[in-house]
Amino acid sequence: MMTHLAAYTTSTGEAFQFWVLGTVAVIGALCTVFMKKAVHSALCLAGTMIILAVFYLANGAYFLGIVQIVVYTGAIMMLFLFVVMLVGVTAADSLKETIKGQRWLALLCGAGFGVLLLAGLGNASLKEFDGIGQANANGNVEGLASLLFTKYVFAFEITGALLITAAVGAMVLTHRERTERAKTQRELSEQRVREGTHVPPLPAPGVYARHNAVDIAGLLPDGTPSELTVSKTLRERGQVRDVSAEALNDLHALEQRAEERLERTAIEPATFKRPEEASK
Amino acid sequence: MNPVNYLYLAALLFTIGATGVLIRRNAIVVFMCIELMLNACNLAFVAFSRMHGNLDGQIIAFFTMVVAAAEVVVGLAIIVSLFRTRHSASVDDASLMKL
Amino acid sequence: MENLIALLIAAPLLGAAVLLVGGRRLDAVGHWIGTLLSFVSFVIGVVLFADLLGKGAEHRTLTQHLFSWVPVAGFQADVTFRLDQLSMTFVLLITGVGSLIHLYSVGYMEHDERRRRFFGYLNLFLAAMLLLVLADNYLLLYVGWEGVGLASYLLIGFWQHKPSAATAAKKAFLVNRVGDMGLSIAIMLMFTTFGSFAFGPVLSHAGDASEGRLTAIGLMLLLATCGKSAQVPLQSWLGDAMEGPTPVSALIHAATMVTAGVYLIVRSGAVFNAAPDAQLAVTVVGAVTLLFGAIVGCAKDDIKKALAGSTMSQIGYMVLAAGLGPIGYVFAIMHLVTHGFFKAGLFLGAGSVMHGMNDEVDMRKYGGLRRYMPVTFVTFGLGYLAIIGFPGLSGFFSKDKIIEAAFAKGGTDGWILGGVALLGAAITAFYMTRVMLMTFFGEERWKNQPTRSPEAPSAEPAAEHQGEHAEPHPHESPKVMTIPMIVLAVGSVLGGGFFSIGDRFLHWLEPVTGYSEGHSPVGAWTVTGATMVCLIIGVGIAWAQYGRKPVPAVAPRGSLLTRAARRDLLQDDFNHVVLVRGGEHLTRSLVYVDHTLVDGVVNGTAAGFGGLSSRLRRVQNGFARSYAVSMFGGAALLVAATLLMRAV
Repeated sequence: MMTHLAAYTTSTGEAFQFWVLGTVAVIGALCTVFMKKAVHSALCLAGTMIILAVFYLANGAYFLGIVQIVVYTGAIMMLFLFVVMLVGVTAADSLKETIKGQRWLALLCGAGFGVLLLAGLGNASLKEFDGIGQANANGNVEGLASLLFTKYVFAFEITGALLITAAVGAMVLTHRERTERAKTQRELSEQRVREGTHVPPLPAPGVYARHNAVDIAGLLPDGTPSELTVSKTLRERGQVRDVSAEALNDLHALEQRAEERLERTAIEPATFKRPEEASK
Repeated sequence: MNPVNYLYLAALLFTIGATGVLIRRNAIVVFMCIELMLNACNLAFVAFSRMHGNLDGQIIAFFTMVVAAAEVVVGLAIIVSLFRTRHSASVDDASLMKL
Repeated sequence: MENLIALLIAAPLLGAAVLLVGGRRLDAVGHWIGTLLSFVSFVIGVVLFADLLGKGAEHRTLTQHLFSWVPVAGFQADVTFRLDQLSMTFVLLITGVGSLIHLYSVGYMEHDERRRRFFGYLNLFLAAMLLLVLADNYLLLYVGWEGVGLASYLLIGFWQHKPSAATAAKKAFLVNRVGDMGLSIAIMLMFTTFGSFAFGPVLSHAGDASEGRLTAIGLMLLLATCGKSAQVPLQSWLGDAMEGPTPVSALIHAATMVTAGVYLIVRSGAVFNAAPDAQLAVTVVGAVTLLFGAIVGCAKDDIKKALAGSTMSQIGYMVLAAGLGPIGYVFAIMHLVTHGFFKAGLFLGAGSVMHGMNDEVDMRKYGGLRRYMPVTFVTFGLGYLAIIGFPGLSGFFSKDKIIEAAFAKGGTDGWILGGVALLGAAITAFYMTRVMLMTFFGEERWKNQPTRSPEAPSAEPAAEHQGEHAEPHPHESPKVMTIPMIVLAVGSVLGGGFFSIGDRFLHWLEPVTGYSEGHSPVGAWTVTGATMVCLIIGVGIAWAQYGRKPVPAVAPRGSLLTRAARRDLLQDDFNHVVLVRGGEHLTRSLVYVDHTLVDGVVNGTAAGFGGLSSRLRRVQNGFARSYAVSMFGGAALLVAATLLMRAV
């Protein structure tokens, strides 16, 4: 009876490991959900997955543990990061909910579901286990392989077909067929002349003493920023910074200080605000 | 410690992932949350494998990984093409079905 | 010999088909084809009649089974003809009088472009009527019944270019529909009651059914009769039907159509015998119509409409007699036959007068015509004497018998009905004398009356007079028209006597209709004497009013009753107020109910669902995450359900 029972409990080391890493995993999962920036979410998820890999190892699933690290953390999460970078690494999502009642419903459902699952588990009174030792007697990988190539061989073969289909599908989805020859530079310039728009090259982005960046729009003579000067990609990502207001505020402060120094009557202080702030 | 705790952890992670799917608008994060749910399931399978003393649970977890990999490939491709056409990765923007 | 029965119908039917399908190439001979086939039918009828006479009274029923029409289990309708004494009488009347009218029409319609078509319709009319009287079951009878309705519609509206004729045709058709409804319901009731609608089973088992059922059938048959025979309350079409050519009026009033109702009641005698309430209703309808028609006939200045009122009244006599049961069936049919003769003669005479008077129909513009139309005068006069019941002429015998039978009904009913019949005889004498005096006697009011009647259609036979503003030149009609009149006049003079002496007609019909001698509270000679007195009073009043004094060319205003009678005793006003207005109100209220209640329910349901959907629509907001919430909620519910089931 005693030997039987021994298989049902884990070692103290594993228990310690579970409680520490489990907490970290839950925190990682929560961070995945609540981080504003997608890249942070991805990193937190990667951490959770690594901890899960450790748990696999602890549960005797040595092959899966390694595969988890290699495939999930190594390949899949990197794929995620690539896409995140494509979309814009610095873009932060607003966590403000736009659909009415969505957040409360989601939290309610989540809480309900979680409570039900936990209650169901607690109610199941799972106390007697066999332990993995017997199954892993000939080695975990060998055991898996013998199952995979006998009992699950058809599923395994079909998985191959699935992977190939997925690869082809991804290519079809992301590949853009070019239906016409790309225009040469000469043709593009001729087109510009014909249409009469922007015959000279586009204006350069803002270059200032303190700000020298491609994401800062150049100012027109009246002080307003020109979107034309910034790269199209940045514009679409919404990553254009606007320093004209800052610069004008600085200028204004300078003027004010000069006034004070010269003891002239103060001009009505005009504050310049960034357009988006003003619109809020 | 009773190994059933792994199941509790899996349930918790699954719930967090599901709630994340509902709360987040960024398609990439939503996708990550789905991955989190899949991983939680995998953990449960591995724990079951240990409890029952056979490797079938691990085989299922293995297949889940394969399918998840395929899914991620296609899903991310969809997100990329969605971003190309809409310049946004928000799932709420793709709400053409409403009136 | 039975095989000849179908030929009776086939001959005029063939004529109708040939004339209507043949087209214009038959225009030259079409009328003779129609007349010939009508006479062929008459000759076949005579041959069959001779055959029947050669048999014993018990064997005088011939049947011919042509084919199974609707052979369904439990619902057997066959095209079977039945020729017995009753049918035979009708066949001879229809084909005989019909053929004479055909002959007359050859002359009357001589100048009508569409004469061929007219004869086609006449043949169709005969065929339908023959089918009606020869049918061996009520369903086949119904076919003939509807055929008569169709043919009458076509003929009344023959001059369809006149809006009044087209309207009259529609009116006749519509009013007839009401009656047809009654017949069809009666047939359905028969089928549910007896499981059959053949004459044999229905009439022989009539006594087995409950009286309520039989009364219902009888009342429905009475409704049918009212429609087809122009009895109150469905009488309104008859006067307007005068819009048709005069031979059509003669055919409708004498040989076909209006007699169908009487035939129906007499044929269904077994049903009525077992349903006294229905019989009483029949007599009431007959008595009311008798007076109604007579009063209308007194006030009309249009010669044809006066005759139409007379027809209504005489048919009322027949229906009254038929409602008396076995006492009266035979006399109803006898009066029908004699009436067929003299009324056809009167109408043909009226047509002849119109023919000579540029289609003038207003009797106030006639007068003194006896010198110009001697043959018409004599034949019309004989018809006149016959209808008022001058002793020795046919009307005398038949009408007298009906009055006797009415008294013989016994009780208060008998006295009332008899009194009404006597009063009717007096009024008949009055209005017929009035027609006679205004038309053939007195001063010649048509002189210095150059204008044609505005009612006269351009295609009337007297088209040669069209456009002339000369005064009419009264002249005798051609031989082809006068010969039928002479034949009919002979029939009106001799028919009654021939039938009555030795009770020939009674013995002939008795096996079919049955006969029971009534016990009259007054003697037969007393009735005859009273009739004579009424006759003399009627003629006397008419003489005093129209014979001694000159007839004004413009009708005087007259008393309230006269004015009402000129308007057909307000029948159309009644129909308009009660049926049209009532119908309109009913429709309006139904529309209102439809709009508020029905549409309210429908629209309310729709609006309710619309409101519900517009609220539910918010759930379908297009956001994938919202849908995901419902999925997730569903999953939670599934888990909950699973746990619950495990717990239970």
